[in-house]
Amino acid sequence: MMYDDTIAAIATPPGEGGVGIVRLSGSHSLPIAQAIFRPRRPGPLRSHRVRYGQVVDPSDGRVVDEVLAVLMQAPRSFTGEDVVELSGHGGTLVMQEVLGLTLAAGARLAHPGEFSMRAFLNGRMDLTQAEAILDIIQAQTSTGLALAQAQLGGWLAREVRRIRTDLLEALAYVTVTIDFPEDEVDPQDLAPTLTACRQAVEHLLATADQGVIYRQGARVVLLGRPNVGKSSLLNALLRTNRAIVTPIPGTTRDTLEETANLDGIPVVLVDTAGISESADPIERLGVERSREALALADLALLVLDIHQPVSRDDRQIAELTLEKPTLVVWNKADLEPGHAPPHFPFAHPHLVGNVATSALTGAGMEDLVRTIVGALSVQGTAPGGSHLVTNPRHREVLSRAAAGLRAATEGQAAGVPADLLAGDLTTALNALGEITGETITDDLLDTIFSRFCIGK
Amino acid sequence: MMWWWWGAGHAGCEAAHAAARMGCRTLLCTTDLDKLAQMSCNPSIGGPAKSHLVREIDALGGVMARVADRSFIQIRMLNESKGPAVQAMRVQADKRLYARLMKETLEATPGLHLRQAMIERILPFWRGKPGDGAGSSSPLFDPVRSLIAPGAQIFAVVTSLQRVYYARALVLTTGTFLRGRLITGQTVWKGGRIGEPPSEELAEDLASLGFPLVRLKTGTPPRIDATTIDFARTEPQHGSRTPLYFGHYYGAWQERQEVDSPPVFPFRTPPAPVYPHPMLDGWRGQLPCYLVSTNARFHELIRANLDRAPLFSGIIEGVGPRYCPSIEDKIVRFADKERHNLFLEPEGWSTHEVYVQGGNTSLPEDVQWDMLRTIPALRNVELMRIGYAIEYDAVATGEINADMSARRLPGLYLAGQINRTTGYEEAAAQGMMAGINAGRFLRGQPAVLLRRDEAYIGVLLDDLVTREIHEPYRMFTSRAEHRLLMRCDNADIRLTPLAYELGLVSAERAAVVEQKRAQSEELSARLAGWRVFPNAATNALLAEAGLAPLTNDTTAEGLLRRPEVTYRQIQAPLGLPDAPDDVVEQVELRACYGSYIGRQQHEADRLRRMESRRIPADLDYDQLKGLRAEARHWLKHFRPATLGQASRLAGVNPADVAILLVALERRGEGLPAGKG
Repeated sequence: MMYDDTIAAIATPPGEGGVGIVRLSGSHSLPIAQAIFRPRRPGPLRSHRVRYGQVVDPSDGRVVDEVLAVLMQAPRSFTGEDVVELSGHGGTLVMQEVLGLTLAAGARLAHPGEFSMRAFLNGRMDLTQAEAILDIIQAQTSTGLALAQAQLGGWLAREVRRIRTDLLEALAYVTVTIDFPEDEVDPQDLAPTLTACRQAVEHLLATADQGVIYRQGARVVLLGRPNVGKSSLLNALLRTNRAIVTPIPGTTRDTLEETANLDGIPVVLVDTAGISESADPIERLGVERSREALALADLALLVLDIHQPVSRDDRQIAELTLEKPTLVVWNKADLEPGHAPPHFPFAHPHLVGNVATSALTGAGMEDLVRTIVGALSVQGTAPGGSHLVTNPRHREVLSRAAAGLRAATEGQAAGVPADLLAGDLTTALNALGEITGETITDDLLDTIFSRFCIGK
Repeated sequence: MMWWWWGAGHAGCEAAHAAARMGCRTLLCTTDLDKLAQMSCNPSIGGPAKSHLVREIDALGGVMARVADRSFIQIRMLNESKGPAVQAMRVQADKRLYARLMKETLEATPGLHLRQAMIERILPFWRGKPGDGAGSSSPLFDPVRSLIAPGAQIFAVVTSLQRVYYARALVLTTGTFLRGRLITGQTVWKGGRIGEPPSEELAEDLASLGFPLVRLKTGTPPRIDATTIDFARTEPQHGSRTPLYFGHYYGAWQERQEVDSPPVFPFRTPPAPVYPHPMLDGWRGQLPCYLVSTNARFHELIRANLDRAPLFSGIIEGVGPRYCPSIEDKIVRFADKERHNLFLEPEGWSTHEVYVQGGNTSLPEDVQWDMLRTIPALRNVELMRIGYAIEYDAVATGEINADMSARRLPGLYLAGQINRTTGYEEAAAQGMMAGINAGRFLRGQPAVLLRRDEAYIGVLLDDLVTREIHEPYRMFTSRAEHRLLMRCDNADIRLTPLAYELGLVSAERAAVVEQKRAQSEELSARLAGWRVFPNAATNALLAEAGLAPLTNDTTAEGLLRRPEVTYRQIQAPLGLPDAPDDVVEQVELRACYGSYIGRQQHEADRLRRMESRRIPADLDYDQLKGLRAEARHWLKHFRPATLGQASRLAGVNPADVAILLVALERRGEGLPAGKG
């Protein structure tokens, strides 16, 4: 064993499956499992007996999934340590949430191949098998790296790097005062930087707490006159986000529903198109059906044709949405690239955005997705948040960073010695570095020598 | 047992002393016996992180702290308010006295022989080395052939006078002498230090033995004549008013003065009268340092002469340290800074020579004169020695093991600047470990490695064998991730038990340290359970001691946790037991910073298993299936001694470590390493 800690991971292959297993291994497997598992009939988990029950979020008692739990006590387990397996319903989001609860209860996310490695080291696997796992470890790592890098290309890494740079400068200052006490260094007030960094990390963490949207998904209704391009807009939204997650069962087939993954949020897009073209404008718009669809929706997309003047029909449709957060989409902006969205001429109490798109060329689609995600996030906890942290590992790392920053800001206010402040900043920086894969020492020295004239 | 050294700088002196103390017959060779442990650059020892090294060397039974304590003309405490783990001392030493006292210390060490000799060549020989046929054949080897066990290796060391010495182990501490080149302005001349010849052949020998060499650079400022300084225009900086020492002295409370007592004031004569404001009435006579600063004309002069600065004209190729830049470098890189401080530091109690700290330069001599004379206090200054840069050879990374031994040649140990470090303290720390491990090697005992959570020395040596180093390496507190555990105040608790095991300190001293440890832990435990209630009697006693009254139930430990409360203040009011000062210090620290310390301890414990799994030196990384090419490259380059070191290499990821671990288990090795 390399570590004494208890590790956890989703043991079933990624993707959708009928069953998903979260596996825990290590000396604290049982207490961690007991913290989140509520058996149907009371009584302790016994080794090699299957128990039926629920996984419950201990912080609020919310039921996350129904599971079968199996305890395998050391040494009679795959790894030779205490192992608990929680078999649930297999949706990616649900399994990630179960995993997240085990991490919150004290487990550490397993490295690739770590279960197998522990199995080998505890004599549960022979040499031939050990040789075989090497290749698997290798493969898993490459995949893991590729996945991580894919995420790192994005906003999270950018945001974390930004915070990290600010923190590194703060730590560089503290370190200079310690390591070069007799060099002249202009005094700096770290409070604003530390507070800003703390808020930024806590904001990221808050987005990770938006469990509601992840569990239930969100419903977004597209409304608009015929021929404004609702269907093509819907298709474009599906196209730009190919990773389609669990289709959440639709309640009605009267409207066309598709599920898209918009930055990790499973979004049911409801197209109210296909309604009969009657002479009666009210009926033609399918007001009743639209009302029904709207009643269930979290967000309305009011689609308009950018090339046509806003009509009375548009106004009537707009009036349907007055109760809902509404995003105005000026479609068909393909003829005039970079066209700024026109002013929306009606008063609307819940207007969340106004964007110009082209379903045809894809122009403005990113902006649209960002605005949709942002609007959905507003309903959760993060005001104006444009991004959400979805990965349990990131969440765990961010909560460690936040704890370090809380200690640092509080310590700084209380006047703790510089060295202890440096320790808390280092904790936060190390945690953030786990997201971006960067270590401190060299970066810190580079920052010091480039910013401070050192050398008494 | 036979031993040889070449080089008696700070690394060589510690190494020779440690080896001799361990019972090895030890010979220390150097070019000038009057320059043992010469301070070639600044006349000071200590500072943040460096003073931790000095304390640790002392806790291990080394000599640096004690010689410094007997020769300093000033001592100061730094970082007093910045946390218990980064508090540091620095001394200004009397350079001549330091060298003299070091010589006396080594002369008095049984089994240690000093010899003035210039080593020119090192030739390794072996008799019937397995796989190498009959072994070496050379007339040089014949006299000792019969004395060497089959398979064993021996070094022949040839002096400049063609005398040959033989040794089974060798510690090389070459400092800046390997193909040393001194540079001032456009002038380049050969030398290991000013006025001393470099070592050319030795560098060639090392290269021909296969050691890849790199070129590094450092520099030193001019020394000026104190009689030409207008001290009225300087700002004096005084030493500590309270007694401070680098060494661990237990005499005061052990009541056994002969075991270890603080040194008495060594200077029997008054200091050179040229220095104003000497502190002669305190616990010990001390001289101030004197602060001046550069100015616009100073900077202009440097800028106007940059074409003559070897640093910028291309004459200097070696890589210099960023934390010790030359004054011309500072002015170019931080162009908007209007002034830089220069500290005028007397090089001794009675000499007139003054070191210009911060004025490190290799500009031509005329510029050095002119620029210093722009400073009002130095308008008539005369230079006694000019500043210069020095380029020298060092051995590239990946050549030494964690125990300081050379991978290419068993029995050869490298320490100090040859390992790309800078600083007296860094050199001495390596010398200490090289001396210890060479001694262990001779006796067939396993090497002693210090962990990163155990000592700054451990951090230093670990960095040297796991990091690609591009500039001379200096210790910083920020390099030590577990530094709350490794404070100056507990260096003895951390390391003296080991020193006793190794035969480096006496049983009495070890017993005193054990008593300190046991007593402080016991007292901490008692205070944690010592209930204190907010009644009138207690509050009256607290008020008498100048402390705020209690409002809630607490413990003595809880009271001590308040930063303004000391043990001595509450001792009488609460009726707490008396304890020696160093025990009280431990108890106060534990009460105040216990939660921070506990967190770092937890983290260190978590990593310990990795640190204790050793990787055999002969592990063939090419045979390991599944390692990525990058990981394989760096593992082969550094050949880490433990799994912990392997995991710290840049380019080695957790999966690679897992593969390594599997391979170790398969061999039935990688068992936890002990100290012995």
